[in-house]
Amino acid sequence: MSVTSINSSTTGTGVALPVVEAKHLGLTFSTNDGDVVALSDVNLTIEKGDFVSFIGPSGCGKTTFLRTIADLEQPTSGTLRINGQTPENARKDRAYGYVFQAPALYPWRTIEKNIALPLEIMGHSQSQQAERIKRTMDLVNLSGFEKKYPWQLSGGMQQRASIARALAFDADLLLMDEPFGALDEIVRDHLNSELLKLWDRTKKTICFVTHSIPEAVYLSTKIVVMSPRPGRVTDVIESNLPRERPLDIRETPEFLAIAARVRDGLRAGHSYEEVV
Amino acid sequence: MNRVLPILSILLAIFIFWYAAAIWMNAPWQTILNGRANLENVPFFDFAQQTWNQDKPILPVPHQVFSEIWNATMGLEFTSRRSLALHAWITLSATLLGFVLGTALGVVLAVAIVHNDAADRSLMPWIIASQTIPILAIAPMVVVGLGAVGLTGLVPKALISMYLSFFPVVVGMVKGLRSPEAIQLDLMRTYDANPWQVFWKLRWPAALPMLFASMKVGIAISLIGAVVAELSNAAGGGLGVRLLTGSYNGQTIQIWAALFIAAGLAAVLVAIVGVAERMVNARNGVRA
Repeated sequence: MSVTSINSSTTGTGVALPVVEAKHLGLTFSTNDGDVVALSDVNLTIEKGDFVSFIGPSGCGKTTFLRTIADLEQPTSGTLRINGQTPENARKDRAYGYVFQAPALYPWRTIEKNIALPLEIMGHSQSQQAERIKRTMDLVNLSGFEKKYPWQLSGGMQQRASIARALAFDADLLLMDEPFGALDEIVRDHLNSELLKLWDRTKKTICFVTHSIPEAVYLSTKIVVMSPRPGRVTDVIESNLPRERPLDIRETPEFLAIAARVRDGLRAGHSYEEVV
Repeated sequence: MNRVLPILSILLAIFIFWYAAAIWMNAPWQTILNGRANLENVPFFDFAQQTWNQDKPILPVPHQVFSEIWNATMGLEFTSRRSLALHAWITLSATLLGFVLGTALGVVLAVAIVHNDAADRSLMPWIIASQTIPILAIAPMVVVGLGAVGLTGLVPKALISMYLSFFPVVVGMVKGLRSPEAIQLDLMRTYDANPWQVFWKLRWPAALPMLFASMKVGIAISLIGAVVAELSNAAGGGLGVRLLTGSYNGQTIQIWAALFIAAGLAAVLVAIVGVAERMVNARNGVRA
């Protein structure tokens, strides 16, 4: 079963292309143990300015879907368009910034040099690099740590640096694969509220993969619930929470209602049977 | 002081053991000598001193070796055929040339192996096979063979050094160039980086620690390669020739002096690579 979400946001004009549009998207990995269906008949539309969370248990294909958007995996059926282009062309256009589960900072580069990495590759001038490094480091509250090496920073700061690196070249789409999964809950709460502010300020479209129901509900305008075997979308929930979200919004009835619907969606996909 | 004291104690223990072993190993010959000279009942302390000052002892003692080194370096003109400094320089120049060639060859092969599957499968077996052939067997063939076509002196010896030293560099650099994690490579793909950028901004800096580790091994065996190659060309000079002529003539002190110089050279060369490594590490923010 799949659900096609109907765009209800008012941010885009009527003619604007969706940022991500998946139709009957499927991806099957061939392994030595036979074929594994990672994605099956995924239909999804993501509009400009959306904050979309993908939630589901391990093996539901949420990371695979994100990697397919990024052209790090190739779909085996269906169509996928990023800003109306193929994922490959979108990647070559540098249409997105990707934040991985681990910070993946290069240890031989200082923080500012890590943020400069995409700028060097994309051929920005020295002065442009300096200006963008300063701006993005301010944005993730890392000013003052320019000359530090990654090992001199805490895990949360390293992940902030990797977000700054993804923001540095000003792609409108930010793909985040469980970026806070390895961090403790206190740091995670803090980074979640920082991320919301950042999203509000930069007006970017964000796709965010997570395991955590509160995290998904807190951050998103749209929550995509996924299930494993085969990986598929079981529900798409539009959130009616206001854009301005203090951390204690998580105790309000509206918040809890959405969280309950996410949980129902996971249950309907038999997700809890897989998670022991 | 905490570090100097243990080092000095161990050095002292080695010297005591060495001088004692010299008495024991040189005693039979000294007894024969004393017999010929009709010396009887030599007190032990005098006898020990005799064993430490033979012309051609089975085991020379440190002071004999060091005075030989001093006399054969400082006591002679550099250009003298008997100057140990000259012979050390001959060996050192072949070592350095061979090391540079070997490192370059090793890096080039590793880059080819990492970037090309066919190169990986076709080159690696030959590279490993090359190291199973004893260098003592191949060195004379190369030196004599190249000599037959008029190539003598530095180059044949450097080629033997290269033959030995490229191997650790290939093995280390293949591992080093493959050390970037999947997400570090994925990151480059998301930036649509070209292969050149992936190499210089990711693979090469990631491989540098392995490069230095293999260069330390490489420079030490380069020296061995040069010494072994010199054994096949006694006219060319070098520490290998000093070892060879020393053993022909029973000049054990000369052999030990050449050995000490070779060991000292190797230690200095490895230390120089170590200094270069620390300088690069400091620039790359490696945790001290």
